[in-house]
Amino acid sequence: MAIEEKRLILKYTDQPGYTNDIDCYIKHGGYEDLKKAFKMKPEDICEEVLQSGVRGRGGAGFPAGMKWKFLDRKSGKPIYLICNADESEPGTFKDRQIIHKDPHQLIEGILCSAYAIQAKLAFIYIRGEFFEGYKILERAIEEARVKNFLGDNILGSDYSCDIIVHRGAGAYICGEETGLIESLEGKRANPRIKPPYFPAALGLYQCPTIVNNVETLCDVKHVINMGGKEFAKIGTPGNTGTRIWCVSGHVQKPGYYEFPCAGVTLGELIYDVCGGLLPGRKLKAVIPGGSSSKILRADERFTGKKKDGTEFDWGIEDIPMDFDSLSLVGSMSGSGGVIIMDDSTDMVEALANINYFYAHESCGQCTPCREGVPWMKKITTRMCTGGAREEDVDLLKSVADQIAGRTICAFGEAASWPVQSFIAKFKDEFEAKAKEQAILRKQGEDTATETSLI
Amino acid sequence: MDLKQSTLDKIDHLVPRYPDKRSAALPLCHLVQEDLGYLSNESVEWIAKRLDLEPINISEIVTFYPMLKTEAQGKYQVRVCRTLSCALAGAYKTCKQFEEAFDCKVGSTSEDGLVSLEYVECHADCGRAPVVMIGEKEYTGIKTDEAHELIERIKNGTVDTE
Repeated sequence: MAIEEKRLILKYTDQPGYTNDIDCYIKHGGYEDLKKAFKMKPEDICEEVLQSGVRGRGGAGFPAGMKWKFLDRKSGKPIYLICNADESEPGTFKDRQIIHKDPHQLIEGILCSAYAIQAKLAFIYIRGEFFEGYKILERAIEEARVKNFLGDNILGSDYSCDIIVHRGAGAYICGEETGLIESLEGKRANPRIKPPYFPAALGLYQCPTIVNNVETLCDVKHVINMGGKEFAKIGTPGNTGTRIWCVSGHVQKPGYYEFPCAGVTLGELIYDVCGGLLPGRKLKAVIPGGSSSKILRADERFTGKKKDGTEFDWGIEDIPMDFDSLSLVGSMSGSGGVIIMDDSTDMVEALANINYFYAHESCGQCTPCREGVPWMKKITTRMCTGGAREEDVDLLKSVADQIAGRTICAFGEAASWPVQSFIAKFKDEFEAKAKEQAILRKQGEDTATETSLI
Repeated sequence: MDLKQSTLDKIDHLVPRYPDKRSAALPLCHLVQEDLGYLSNESVEWIAKRLDLEPINISEIVTFYPMLKTEAQGKYQVRVCRTLSCALAGAYKTCKQFEEAFDCKVGSTSEDGLVSLEYVECHADCGRAPVVMIGEKEYTGIKTDEAHELIERIKNGTVDTE
C-alpha cells in the first residue's frame, strides 16, 4: 500500500485550481503569518525559530536559529538576508517546485525572516537557468508590493524591506554561501575563508548577512504559524519539520515527496512511494542527499549506536529518512536529492559522470581542487573508454584523499566523497574493469567500449 | 553599442537598486547578452564603464560563468543536461541525436547557424529527466521520440524558446 505524504511546504501546490498568483495565495490564508510576525518582537521570532530546531535544508543541516544567533547585531552596519535559490546540487529539484508553484510562500517566509533579523534588504539568488522561475518571482514581488506586504512601511508599520531577485549564470559554486556572496558582489564566485568571513559577521559588503535555503525560509513561515514548540513536534528530536525528498534515477515514479523527518524509510520511499524499480531490475545503490553525499550499497548492513545510546542494525531499506540517521550510516541527507541506481548501472561510469560535473564546477581557487578534481575526472574517464590501468583505483583514492580537507570551502569534500565512497563500496568493479582491459590489450584487441553515462 | 531602449531602461532601473553598483555586473551581463546575443569586448567595456569598473572586472566574470557567451550563438541554443540523473535516463543518447540531426558536435554551433549545442550541468528537474533547454524554455522527459519531435520543430521553426 502506498504511504501518504504529509505536506506542509507543498500543502497547496499541485492541488487542482491552485495558482501562483497573490489572490489565490491570500485565499488560502497567505500573508496571515506575516501579519502575525509583525505583532511579535523580532527577537521573539528568532527564539521561536531556535526552539523549532529547524535545520538548514540546503545541504549542511545547520540549525537555522543558531545561524541567526551568530548574527553580529552590534556592528551598526546594515544586515542583509539572502535566500539561496541556486539549487544546483545534482539530484535536487524541490526549490524549483516552491518557486514555480508557490512563490508567495517563499516571499512571505523571506519577509518574516528579514523582519526577525531586522534586514532592510533581502536578495533571492536564483540560478540563471530558472528563466521562468525568475519571471514568476519578479511578478510575485510586484504583486506583494502593491498590497504593501513588502516595500516601504510594510502593513503600516515603520519597518521597510525590499527584495531583489538576482540571477546567477550557471556556476554550481554559487550555492556555497560565501561564493554566493562574492557572486552577488559582482565578482567570480570564489568562496571566502572561514574564519574570518562567517557571513553572520562579515558577509555581503562585509556586513552581517544570513544566507538560508528556499525551503528553510518557507519553514520559518510555518514556525511563526504554529509556534516553535509545535513545529518541533513534527519529525523527531533534532530532526524537526518535514523534508521534501527529490527522487530521481531508476524508479517507476520519480518526483518530489514531502514527509516529516524520519516519517518514511528509504525502502518505503523507493518501493511504496516511488513504485519501486523498473521492471526486472534490482536495487544496486543509492546516493541519498545530492551527488556529493556518500553512496550507499544495496546489500550493506549499517550498525552502530544512536545519539541516545540505543543500537541500530539497518539494511538500506530500513534507514529512516532524516538528518541524523543518514549521517549515522556514513552519508548525509544533504539537499534531499535521492538518486536511485539499479543493477544495470556501471559504477565506474556513474563515478566518471559525477567527476565530470565536479571538474567542470571547481572554481579554481585552491590548487588541490582545481588540479585534483580534473585528474580524478581524467582517470575515471579513461577507465570507461578503454584506457584503464591496474593502479588507477589506488591512484584515484590517493588523489581524493589529498583534496578533502585541503581547500577553502567544502567543495573539496563534495568532490572527494563520491570518489572515496564509490571505491570503498565498489572497488571490485573498478579493479575488474582494469583487469578486463588489460587482458584485451594483451590479446591485441580493442579495449574501447560503448558508454552511456560519460 | 546599439542597445535597445528597453534594455537601457532596465539597466537604469536596476543599477540604483543595489547598495553597491558593482553588484549589478552580472545582471548587466545578462541584459546585454539577451539584447545582443553574446558579450563582445565592446560590450564588456561598455558594462565596465556603466558601473565605473575596469574592463577586467567584467571580463573575469564573463569567463567564469558558463551561461555568459563571448561568441555569437546559433538561432537555437540547445542545452542538454548530462549530469547523473539525466544520464541515467539516457541524456547522452539524446544529445547524440541532436548532434547527428544538425551535424553539429556538442560544444559547437552548426555551420548553418541554426543550432548551438552544448552539454550543461544539472538543471534541477531530475525527476523529469532527461532535461533539454531550448533558448529559455525547458523540455523534460526528452528520450528518443521526444528528441525526434523537438528536432523536427527546430527544423521547421515551430519550437518554443520561452
